[in-house]
Amino acid sequence: MGKTLFEKIWDKHVVRQIEGGPSVLFIDKHFIHEVTSPQAFKGLAKRGLPVFRPERVVATADHNVPTLNQHLPIKDELSRIQVDELKRNCHDFNIELYGLGHPFQGIVHVIGPELGLTQPGMTIVCGDSHTSTHGAFGAIAFGIGTSEVEMALATQCLLQTRPKLMRINVDGILNKGVVSKDIILYIISQISASGATGYFVEYAGSAIRSLSMEARMTICNMSIEMGARGGMIAPDDITFDYINGRLFAPKGEEWDKSLKYWRTLYSDADAKFDKEIFIKAEDIEPMITYGTNPGMGVGVTGKIPAENDIDEKEKQSFLKSLNYMGLEAGSRIKGRKVDYVFIGSCTNSRIEDLRMVASFVKGKKKADDVEVWIVPGSKQVEKQAIEEGIDKVFQEAGFVLRQPGCSACLGMNEDKIPAGKYCISTSNRNFEGRQGPNARTFLASPLTAALAAITGEVADVREYL
Amino acid sequence: MSKKSINRIHSAAVPLNIENIDTDQIIPARFLKATSREGFGKNLFRDWRYHNDNENHPKDDFVLNNPKFNGKILVAGKNFGCGSSREHAAWAIKDHGFDAVVSSFFADIFKNNALNNFLLPVQVSEAFMERIFDAIDHDPAIEISINLEEQTISLPHSGESEKFEINSYKKTCLLNGYDDIDYLLDMRSDIENFEKTLVS
Repeated sequence: MGKTLFEKIWDKHVVRQIEGGPSVLFIDKHFIHEVTSPQAFKGLAKRGLPVFRPERVVATADHNVPTLNQHLPIKDELSRIQVDELKRNCHDFNIELYGLGHPFQGIVHVIGPELGLTQPGMTIVCGDSHTSTHGAFGAIAFGIGTSEVEMALATQCLLQTRPKLMRINVDGILNKGVVSKDIILYIISQISASGATGYFVEYAGSAIRSLSMEARMTICNMSIEMGARGGMIAPDDITFDYINGRLFAPKGEEWDKSLKYWRTLYSDADAKFDKEIFIKAEDIEPMITYGTNPGMGVGVTGKIPAENDIDEKEKQSFLKSLNYMGLEAGSRIKGRKVDYVFIGSCTNSRIEDLRMVASFVKGKKKADDVEVWIVPGSKQVEKQAIEEGIDKVFQEAGFVLRQPGCSACLGMNEDKIPAGKYCISTSNRNFEGRQGPNARTFLASPLTAALAAITGEVADVREYL
Repeated sequence: MSKKSINRIHSAAVPLNIENIDTDQIIPARFLKATSREGFGKNLFRDWRYHNDNENHPKDDFVLNNPKFNGKILVAGKNFGCGSSREHAAWAIKDHGFDAVVSSFFADIFKNNALNNFLLPVQVSEAFMERIFDAIDHDPAIEISINLEEQTISLPHSGESEKFEINSYKKTCLLNGYDDIDYLLDMRSDIENFEKTLVS
């Protein structure tokens, strides 16, 4: 019987299979950041251990950094200590750090691919659930906790139980105004925030194949939002063209050798999946979420489910969620006023996202009572945006182009949405308090978010194209 | 945080009958700035626990603020621990004094993080979880018994019981207080040999 893409990579990395237990999995690339690594380094120090393979570890500072005036010392003392501790740990343990001020600094899941560090066939981990992003390159990439960060630093291996495998096929042609963020929000709305728990997902089908690498990363990024351990897409010429020539991509003979191997990375025709889902691209509308988990989403012209449509057991959680959001069951979201627009995060802060927003808003002005933050995913994205004149388009529209970081995605750094305010956000989570205590989040695509910036409310982008 | 072996847990339980409790609720991101593993318990469920982030204004209707509910077992709705991979969530629950979390469904990363901190995730059927919630509803002081060796969870007052799953490797670790990292460090020479076989 044939093998799935996942099995081809996994099997190659199993150092040992424990009977009745997990596999010992070798890790090719380990990304670290300031928030989930300090306790792991403390653990190493306590045991008197070095980092086993420092050349396989790359660090950046992203969660805790301010996105304005990055040249100044970080104002928040605890954030500053955490960022300084990362610097010290990377120095002491001989790890490459693209920290604040470095031309490669940025959100960990943006810089890995952009530098060519992320490659097909790899096992990749990071103490961050959105590590699934790197799966867009045909890698097994997943988020881990700090104890596991310590294990990976100490041994370059992890103990992992092999997940079940799910394939999600999206076939057909996408409707006008529908982009990759809408595909993933649609999938999650269909299978729920826990619909893929216990599974590793492979995305396939003609609609997926047609997407750029940036768009594929957006999809894989949100795999965790339906509970999946990770998400992946078989590499193809679009993948190879993206990687070719990047700083850490293989060169010369190494490139040829890698390419030959990468071309074997796909699920065989007779490979078996534990679950398979089929989606028609034509069914997908521009999406918006109304609740407090990413599964609570509908087409932008749709309605929030009526109370009677909700299963009795789920009613309490449903009503709690709507109460938090200040929305009524059965009502429409289209036309709802927004106070903030956040375009950024590891989901949608790449150059293609910024270009998409710029080309849509060119010559338009933001609504008066809306604050718009554009946060590039990395220093390189920021530089490119400026070189292409995108910064001017934003300036003329009244948007603020900030500096790279996780920003308002997670209510950890200075960028928070005030209590009670509505933010349409291109990030990945609409949990209670995610963007700040009592902040209310509508998740959407960069296009739908850009439109809300202009109209000041949730609107249907198809009416404006 | 002191790690210890687990076998039997016999205690009253704290009920949190809400689905999809994500790790941002368990411990909001703004409390992830510490560089040690200790002290997260005081911010457990911070924004559900206090009005306006103020410890002097507890929300009376939240279970952790209700003296009626006590114990070392947290019982929560399905898909517990979804969202962020932050191990701080497991640290906060353990630090608050819980030794086990019971749910009908756990998010994968949370489950690993809990196990790595000797916090036992006990996955039960939806029907049994409903029975537990009903029993606590009837008598908040009702005790629940968890036996890791036997892989059972029971309601001693009624004699109802259910088996739960855990892989035999992890079970041995928990019963004996072993860490995964000890296991991995022990096989360093195997890892070095494996590396030589890697093509890319």
